[in-house]
Amino acid sequence: MDSKIPVENLFSIEPVLSSSSRRSISTHSKASSGNSIREVNFSDLGSKPVRYGSHGAESETYSMSQKEINDEDARLVQINDPVKTNERFEFAGNSIRTGKYSILTFLPRNLFEQFHRVAYIYFLVIAVLNQLPQLAVFGRGASIMPLAIVLLVTAVKDAYEDYRRHRSDTIENNRLASVLVNDHFQQKKWKNIQTINLDGESNLKTRYAKQETVLKITEKEKIAGLIKCEKPNRNIYGFQANMEIDGKRVSLGPSNIILRGCELKNTAWAVGVAVYAGRETKVMLNSSGAPSKRSRLETHMNSEIIFLSLFLIALCTVVSVCAAVWLRRHRDELDYLPFYRRKDFSEAEEENYNYYGWGLEIFFTFLMSVIVFQIMIPISLYISMELVRVGQAYFMIRDTQMYDESSDSRFQCRALNINEDLGQIKYVFSDKTGTLTENKMEFQCASIWGVDYSGGKATSQDQEDGYFVEVDGKVLRPKMKVKTDPELLQIAKNGKETKDGCHVHDFFLALAACNTIVPLILDTPDPIVKLIDYQGESPDEQALVYAAASYGFMLIERTSGHVVIDIQGVRQRFNVLGLHEFDSDRKRMSVILGFPDQSVKVFVKGADTSMFSVMDRSMNINVKRITEAHLYSYSSLGLRTLVVGMRELSTSEFDDWHSAFEAASTALMGRASLLRKVASNIENNLCILGASGIEDKLQQGVPEAIESLRTAGIKVWVLTGDKQETAISIGYSSKLLTSKMTQIIINSNSMESCRKSLEDAIIMSKKLTTISGNINNTGGTLGTVLTPVALIIDGTSLVYILDSELEERLFQLACNCSVVLCCRVAPLQKAGIVSLVKKRTVDMTLAIGDGANDVSMIQMADVGVGISGQEGRQAVMASDFAMGQFRFLVTLLLVHGHWNYQRMGYMILYNFYRNAVFVLVLFWYVLFTCFTLTTAITEWSSVLYSVIYTSVPTIVVGILDKDLNRRTLLKYPQLYGAGHRQECYNKRLFWITMIDTFWQSAVAFFIPLLAYWGGTIDASSIGDLWTLAVVILVNLHLAMDVIRWNWITHVAIWGSIIATFICVIIIDAIPTLVGYWAIFEIVKTGKFWLCLLAIIVAALIPRFVVKVLYQLYTPCDVQIAREAEKFRTLSESAAVEIEMNPILDPPRR
Amino acid sequence: MEMDTNGATTSSAAGGGSTSTSDSSSAAKKNSKKPKYSRFTQQELPACKPILTPGLVVEIVDRYDEGCVPSNYSNDKLAYIQSSRTNKSCTRTLSVPKLMKGPVFIYYQLDNFYQNHRRYVKSRSDKQLRSKAYESETKNCDPEGISPDGPIVPCGLIAWSLFNDTYGFSVKSKMLEVNKKNIAWDSDKENKFGSDVYPKNFQIGGLIGGATLNSSIPLSEQEDLIVWMRTAALPTFRKLYGRIEEDLQANEQITVVIQNNYNTYSFGGKKKLVLSTTSWIGGKNDFLGVAYITVGGLCLFLAVSFILLYVIKPRPLGDPSYLSWNRSPAGNPT
Repeated sequence: MDSKIPVENLFSIEPVLSSSSRRSISTHSKASSGNSIREVNFSDLGSKPVRYGSHGAESETYSMSQKEINDEDARLVQINDPVKTNERFEFAGNSIRTGKYSILTFLPRNLFEQFHRVAYIYFLVIAVLNQLPQLAVFGRGASIMPLAIVLLVTAVKDAYEDYRRHRSDTIENNRLASVLVNDHFQQKKWKNIQTINLDGESNLKTRYAKQETVLKITEKEKIAGLIKCEKPNRNIYGFQANMEIDGKRVSLGPSNIILRGCELKNTAWAVGVAVYAGRETKVMLNSSGAPSKRSRLETHMNSEIIFLSLFLIALCTVVSVCAAVWLRRHRDELDYLPFYRRKDFSEAEEENYNYYGWGLEIFFTFLMSVIVFQIMIPISLYISMELVRVGQAYFMIRDTQMYDESSDSRFQCRALNINEDLGQIKYVFSDKTGTLTENKMEFQCASIWGVDYSGGKATSQDQEDGYFVEVDGKVLRPKMKVKTDPELLQIAKNGKETKDGCHVHDFFLALAACNTIVPLILDTPDPIVKLIDYQGESPDEQALVYAAASYGFMLIERTSGHVVIDIQGVRQRFNVLGLHEFDSDRKRMSVILGFPDQSVKVFVKGADTSMFSVMDRSMNINVKRITEAHLYSYSSLGLRTLVVGMRELSTSEFDDWHSAFEAASTALMGRASLLRKVASNIENNLCILGASGIEDKLQQGVPEAIESLRTAGIKVWVLTGDKQETAISIGYSSKLLTSKMTQIIINSNSMESCRKSLEDAIIMSKKLTTISGNINNTGGTLGTVLTPVALIIDGTSLVYILDSELEERLFQLACNCSVVLCCRVAPLQKAGIVSLVKKRTVDMTLAIGDGANDVSMIQMADVGVGISGQEGRQAVMASDFAMGQFRFLVTLLLVHGHWNYQRMGYMILYNFYRNAVFVLVLFWYVLFTCFTLTTAITEWSSVLYSVIYTSVPTIVVGILDKDLNRRTLLKYPQLYGAGHRQECYNKRLFWITMIDTFWQSAVAFFIPLLAYWGGTIDASSIGDLWTLAVVILVNLHLAMDVIRWNWITHVAIWGSIIATFICVIIIDAIPTLVGYWAIFEIVKTGKFWLCLLAIIVAALIPRFVVKVLYQLYTPCDVQIAREAEKFRTLSESAAVEIEMNPILDPPRR
Repeated sequence: MEMDTNGATTSSAAGGGSTSTSDSSSAAKKNSKKPKYSRFTQQELPACKPILTPGLVVEIVDRYDEGCVPSNYSNDKLAYIQSSRTNKSCTRTLSVPKLMKGPVFIYYQLDNFYQNHRRYVKSRSDKQLRSKAYESETKNCDPEGISPDGPIVPCGLIAWSLFNDTYGFSVKSKMLEVNKKNIAWDSDKENKFGSDVYPKNFQIGGLIGGATLNSSIPLSEQEDLIVWMRTAALPTFRKLYGRIEEDLQANEQITVVIQNNYNTYSFGGKKKLVLSTTSWIGGKNDFLGVAYITVGGLCLFLAVSFILLYVIKPRPLGDPSYLSWNRSPAGNPT
């Protein structure tokens, strides 16, 4: 095999002519740049990847950097020596196969996979049993047919899916790359998978080569070295390795690896060593399918199926016992009975013929009855459900109302087994940033040295062009314009002349420098105008840099060694002496800049709490107080705030720091924590420069969506990392909170105070609930929802509550509240909250989020929804459903969820009924055949019954039927309550259906029986009558319940009946079958048609009567809404007034 | 209905004809007021003339399995029927209650005979019955599949147990002819039972199950066998024996000479002779009538109840105020 090892160490060389000097790689889903990357692989033969890196800085849960690699866990890669590298292990090649099968292996592998499922084993066992001569109920062909059809349908489905995977594999495996083979570069096929956008963040991430390796490339000598790295794993934000080169040990981290699936930017080429290849690359390890979940409805269904199994066993037992009694009573006659003839007289000795003794005969009877009654357990239902879900997913994916134009993304159904759960969601847990909001940050206002500048609105139009600079006759202009405050702009322009100007200068310098943004110069149609596009991992930072640029502090160039900032037209170069990246412990980042005048300053920016704790105590208290006041008012407006600070370093301080930093950053053990310590040491005694307010706009339609969800009886919990004030103000603007609500706020710092506030809150919420109850005498079913209590709780309190006995109290409290808002929560706490609810209630939970920090919560909830937005694909990859905008959730739940639930619930019940009615008809007949399991219905009809005669309509109805139209469902969100109340599938309905089944089967069987009793009818003819009667009955039963008839439904239902006639005719046209011509003989008689009519009328009357009475006198909401839909034209004007009130203002009651 | 349509076409054609006739003689009869002839104007359209006659089915049922056993054997019927020396003849007299219009169908009816027993149903070879080429296809037929002389044709328990009682009818000493042709389905005669398949080695084993077959007549013409091999669906069944093509007058006494050969005594099955006319609805069976009256009555009752309910306690359809969240407590203003 070829050698392995993709990616890794990226030796980069400054392209001499390139103006941008720092190598950056961005992840992009475009695959086009394959050939532009010249990639060198220091191993011959091989395959070669290069791959793109991505790095999510702030996700500490993903970071493994503190862990040291021990030898057993390590993978050793010899640079440029594939033989040695592979001598101990065969590492995987780089060719990627996402397809499961090849043409040769398809049959065995697919069969193997399919037989992993219980359903198929059931079919197989039954088919095998039937092959035993003593048990041969059906002929060979007929007995294998159900299994064959099921296998075929599934195989076709699998084959199609696999074909699509193969196609994309082929495209990607044929890309080209250069590989160093015996010191020559050769073009080799680039074996690669489709460029899945790994974390989906289309912003730049910086990757750089170790200084030690940069020089290597120029030397012509053969490069040799050893890389010791982790075993392949799924963590895309972590990588740890050491490289031994020229006897030096160099440590490598996540910023030195390029992962498969990324795209190189800002450099023409890169040279690397492949470390992980093919299926061991991180993108492949991450591309495992969606987690397999089982829907609530299916779980309920399985318990009913257990009941059906018991019922099947009961039927078989009845048959066996009766057969035993019969054999016992006739034991003396059996030898001569003309229709039994136990004795074989043809031989000299009279032997028993085909008789195995009493006990075995009974046992065989039992097994035979299992074979005959096999469809009592609706195994085909599982296959039908799969098909129906595929169909439902098809329509969900193609719903134009869930198509996001801005990102050109359709709805995605990643999990195919839980469509119907969408109709029963009771709790929605939502992330805020990127989910409720767009995650497009916009700089709004700044407070600098105690002065608030937030009057930007007026000027935004005056300055059409925004700020720009001219360099070498070229105009540089930021890509995005920012509203500027004229006063502040003026001060900034005036430079450092005033004290204010000084602060403003420092403030914006901090904004421009203290970040990890990389400027990209883009060409425009106008040759002299260039745009600067700021790319970076954090949207907040982007907003701040754009803001700084608008005020004249334009970041022009950033490398690992320096930044170039154009300050009011003057280009200045600052050395970046050190950079402490953001981490969620410190909640701040800092950069140490060496000024042209040799002074050294540290600029820090971070969250307010973390900043005020490290500020200079001697600082002007007034400024601090005013800044805090400004911060408060910003967050009340829903703005995200950051505080900026600065300190000048003395030479000694700097030297101390520098040596500590050097030591820490080359440490092999616990590098991350050492760096954090170094950072904390330097980030203190800061002078607070000011604060910024960044607006994160609400997504379109969010308030309406939340309103709809609430009206639908869904509890919306918002879990956010934001500050409480920000969260509350977003809560108001998204209509999550209303002024009518009483807010209960819990901020506690200890277990005890938590307990106390929880108890107080419970009492208070109870009081409010009962008071409102007294006033309203609430009769509505949404009792607690109507009581407007909002709970706001912060992460600190949650620390004490989660995983302690207080969870129970929080749950009680939360149950009384219509809204819960959790702020400042850590990612793992989000999952904790979800599991807190999930553990204590049977209600369905849904989590929706867009970022890596929502992954745990998405996986925890019953249904996980990912928003494919700015923050990457981590959430989407963990989710069951993915979509572009939060507001689609309303369509998804209220419309598709409702439909899917209703369809699936009905379909399950109907399938139970459909199979049971047929089995019971067979069973009744067995009672008249000495319990010997003769079937009057031909074996082929028995087998085709669930395959051709009745299967298509139920699938079509399961996919297409709509109990209400979209408009009505959106107009009355309360209709969603049908799913909460389990109206479409519950034990009661199951039993009613079973009683109905019993009646219908009895009618279908006994009317012909009694009508033909003592007549000349032969078994085949009456069998045909029963076949047709049952099929027509079952299809008419379905027709009676279909709500929306379109031509497909018509074709399916009537077509099935016609197909049944055709099949019966074909079967009866085969002269070697017993029933030859029976159907033609029987349709000539009037009795046949009279029986058919009598069966259909008599069988359906009870159902019809119950249905009519139920609809007339205890109509469910869905029923009324359906009528309203139909008669809308008559009552519209009157109705609208009555209905609209409660919907617009539910808390009013 | 069909006849009406035909009539209409015919009459218009006739009308057309008469018009052309009158044209040719228009000069002469120009002013004649004689109405033109047409079947329509003369009310002579062809029509069917249904007469509401009570299509009653008249049926005579005579159980003879016990009566035909001589009294000295009544305690050991099995010995009687199994013995080849006993006289199996037996004479029964039936009286005709009402006029029976010919053809009168003769059935034999067996009770408690499970022609639908699994062992029995399977014990046949449809291939063998159909074609000489498959003569040795007897795998399902055991223990009546192969005799020492070769395969049995027709093989299997069904054929082996072929009914072999015979009936002779006479009225006032005059023999009534029994037509035994066309008692089986044409389809069976033509396609299912081969015209080149002749009985072979049939009923030569140690245990005789029933009738023997004339080995010079092909199976396709052995109509009794064909009828018998359409196995009955239910343990009580009739099979067509033949037809009397004449009318039987009311109160006539019919003398039946029965050869009581068939052994139903071993399992206590009854044997009955049935003479019956038939109608479009089939033989005499009241169940369907009762069922229709019951179901019809029920439907009528329900229809009336629903109307009453609708009048007494109607519910406006699609009224949003009935929605559960709008069905607010008393005193809630709208």
